[in-house]
Amino acid sequence: MAAPLALLLIVAVTIRAALFRTSLANLISERVEVVSPLNAWKRVVEGLALLDLDISPYSGDVFHETPMVIYLFHFLMDYAEITFMLADCLTAVALYLAVKDYNKQVFRKQKFALEADRIPMDCLELIRSPTEMYYIPLKVAMFYLLNPFTIVSCVAKCTCGCLIYGSALLSAIFLALATYQSIYPLTLCVPALLYLLQRLYIPVNVRRSSFWFYTLQYLFMFLGSLLVLICLSFFLLGSWDFLPAVYGFILSVPDLTPNIGLFWYFFAEMFDHFRLFFLCVFQINVFFYTLPLSIKLKEHPVFLIFMQIALIAIFKSYPTVGDLSLYMAFLPVWNHLYRFLRNIFLVSCVLLACSALFPVLWHLWIYAGSANSNFYYAITLLFSVAQILLVSDYFYAFLRREHHLTNGLYLKKKDGSEATLVLK
Amino acid sequence: MGLLSDPNRRRALIGMLTRMPVDWLVRTMQARGLEVYTQRFSRKLPFPDEDKERYMVKGTNVYGILRAPRAPRTEALVLSAPCSPGNENNQAVGILLGLAQYFRSQIYWAKDIIFLVNEHDLIGMQAWLEGYHHTNTTGMDWSPLQGRGGSIQAALSLELSSDVVTSLDLVLEGLNGQLPNLDLANLFYAFCQKIGVLCTTQGKLPRNDWDTTSGYSHAVQTMMLMVLKQASSRPWGDHGLFLRYHIEAASIKGVNSFRPYKTDATTVGRLLEGMYRKLNNLLERLHQSYFFYLMPSLTRFVSIGYYMPAFGLLALILLLRALDLWVQLSSPPTRTTEDGVEVVPASPGVLSILTPLVISHLTGVALYTLPVLSQELAVEHFPVSETEAVVLTAIAIYTAGLALPHNTHRLLAGEGTEQGWKVLKLVAVLYLAVLLGCTALINFSLGFILALTLVPLAAFITPHVPKTLSAVVMVILSPGLTLLFAVFFFQELQETPVTLQEGWMLYLSVISQGILDHALYGSLLYPLAALLVYPCWLLFWNILFWK
Repeated sequence: MAAPLALLLIVAVTIRAALFRTSLANLISERVEVVSPLNAWKRVVEGLALLDLDISPYSGDVFHETPMVIYLFHFLMDYAEITFMLADCLTAVALYLAVKDYNKQVFRKQKFALEADRIPMDCLELIRSPTEMYYIPLKVAMFYLLNPFTIVSCVAKCTCGCLIYGSALLSAIFLALATYQSIYPLTLCVPALLYLLQRLYIPVNVRRSSFWFYTLQYLFMFLGSLLVLICLSFFLLGSWDFLPAVYGFILSVPDLTPNIGLFWYFFAEMFDHFRLFFLCVFQINVFFYTLPLSIKLKEHPVFLIFMQIALIAIFKSYPTVGDLSLYMAFLPVWNHLYRFLRNIFLVSCVLLACSALFPVLWHLWIYAGSANSNFYYAITLLFSVAQILLVSDYFYAFLRREHHLTNGLYLKKKDGSEATLVLK
Repeated sequence: MGLLSDPNRRRALIGMLTRMPVDWLVRTMQARGLEVYTQRFSRKLPFPDEDKERYMVKGTNVYGILRAPRAPRTEALVLSAPCSPGNENNQAVGILLGLAQYFRSQIYWAKDIIFLVNEHDLIGMQAWLEGYHHTNTTGMDWSPLQGRGGSIQAALSLELSSDVVTSLDLVLEGLNGQLPNLDLANLFYAFCQKIGVLCTTQGKLPRNDWDTTSGYSHAVQTMMLMVLKQASSRPWGDHGLFLRYHIEAASIKGVNSFRPYKTDATTVGRLLEGMYRKLNNLLERLHQSYFFYLMPSLTRFVSIGYYMPAFGLLALILLLRALDLWVQLSSPPTRTTEDGVEVVPASPGVLSILTPLVISHLTGVALYTLPVLSQELAVEHFPVSETEAVVLTAIAIYTAGLALPHNTHRLLAGEGTEQGWKVLKLVAVLYLAVLLGCTALINFSLGFILALTLVPLAAFITPHVPKTLSAVVMVILSPGLTLLFAVFFFQELQETPVTLQEGWMLYLSVISQGILDHALYGSLLYPLAALLVYPCWLLFWNILFWK
């Protein structure tokens, strides 16, 4: 599988390098769908310039990246394009390896279940064969690399974070790094924990002491590394400036430039009196789904991770299409759910149409002056609704497949007639 | 003979006679008390047009600023008159200077008034606007403006070829089909009524019997003229380039026809002075009324709420067809072979869908880039001028695209399947729906005309319809021939019908103007048609000849 992956990487790098050289690069890096105040390259350059002048880069509300990023780019300034291309390639390789690992696990579980005769006979067609699973990691990498959104984000030199899994300690460290970068990956702590518990065959039972022991161990590692990162930033920068500038910025949403998220329009028209209340409501919305989803999906942590990433990408304060491409890269892993998806046509049509309409309505609003912000927000809303529909559709399909695996594919009521499945 | 026999000397003489009298203009404007500045510009044309005859167009804009006596200089109004060679526009500058002198002595001006005389019509105007707003979107070379007047609130452009007029024609269509706010048109019309000057739109006289059949058809004809002008995406007056910068602008053309009641220049001057006083009193830019409208006459308009549903229904046809194809694809009927074994048809490979897409788009790219790039090659080998070379190359590439399906199937080793064309048609139909939707939002008339011709095509084309008849119908409904019919229809509506020969020459000049407009001002018709609409049509052509 190494050769196709290498070919894919070469193609992806070529496309990105070609795009960097054209005038499209400048055009794309200005678009609001691609860059947000959190991760725009122009702001990084501005922050670096301020740092060179010995002024705190966080003065003046321009720069909102974490201090580690700024010191990283201090050294990599001239090689920025290559850095981003490399980051994309590394992410793709990491995703490839991760999904390969996951596939092996799933296949193993399936074999055990088959041997234990736990699956009724008519479900055999639902079982995934090794051949199709062989290609899935490649497809995942392909989706991520060739997704035009990813290319576009890379060209715009965004500094999106990426999640990489490995051993328990490494995963804690990387998760801490991701949380340090932007607060939302905090919700990914729970699925990561569940995944590791599953690997070590520790059952998720609140009464067992081994569960609590491992949980505490993991949380300790995670919080410890987070603390280390924050203190390291303090020592690098010399002040606590970055805390309000980075985390305060993400949580309190002061910048209302239009983007593909839901925050800007609401907060533009809100009275100051209610601002705090709605801020809390919107931010809690991101974190709220963690607990119910974890309880429902505690046997399937990887799907939980996918759902969490998707929900973060939809509901965070400054989403961009880069976040979208990250969770879309995972879609081929759940290819086998295709037969249970109900709305895939509608969702893909709406996503396609919205992506085309974003630049058109932006042009009509800002340049021609014939439209106004309502038009653009309507498309944003439609985009978010389509994404939510996609995520919930996949959730339904997953649950349905699980139900069929335990109860048989063709359901019969007690009197022998065919039954229909209703999701309550 | 003599002086005029040598073409170079003839051109030099004409150039001397028709170049703008910059020094005289500067002196006259300064004598009237304006702050006068000039701007030099030059532009390399992608191919020499019939009018220009040279690759390089050089010129000078002259503008004078009348500073508002008491107000802070934050806003401005523009009155422009293009300085064209010959008798085309020989009175406008005169009125402009007369108005400048009159305006100078008034004290009620709250905004600066900029009197602009631009050379080479739209090219000069583009250079001036780019210089004023510090943008450089079209690659023109201009000297920076020495004097500015604040943000421009509104602009009027004058075209007068005689000193008495029988009516004033209001031209609203701008670049890429953008229209000024309807308030500006209403303002002008209401004021014309008050002064007693006849005001027309599309050059057609207004009628009162709008409830009779002939009156209704007259209104429809006027509206169709506006639709065709908007669909062409050209600026139909110097005002067309202002709209892009969010400045409401309109052009006023003086028409001198054989009517008994004539308006003299003084009344026209009073009219313009009144307009400028009205614009002077504005507290904010005109934005309250509609930006999207169609006008069957100056007293009636069709708003977007009325005409968009018509387009929506056309787009719905495409979406329903897409849904139908999707349902067919998700439940493929199984075929039984001779021994009664059920065989499910194999799903098509990605390659058999991707190939027509890539090839169609590459042809579109060729149609976009090759005509201009290969003009030198064509001029060497064929006895044509550069303009004709560009246009004929474009037409040649367009017709060459028709031969594609027969050749791509030779390239692809395997045969296409039943499922294959359905998937391709699904992709093509969705692509067309999104494309038409985006086009209709930006330029409704263009989107609607394309929808009228392409939607029936897209809905009914399958490989199973009779091939020759559908091929003929497809070619007739293709974008190129739609343009040809539109040219004939346009001439018919303007009551100057042309013969086949003249119509064909007009068609060629329309294509060359389209390419030139795109290069000079950024009009979107040519890239849209070449890079997006034509490949979409080719996809359907591919489906028709699917084996």
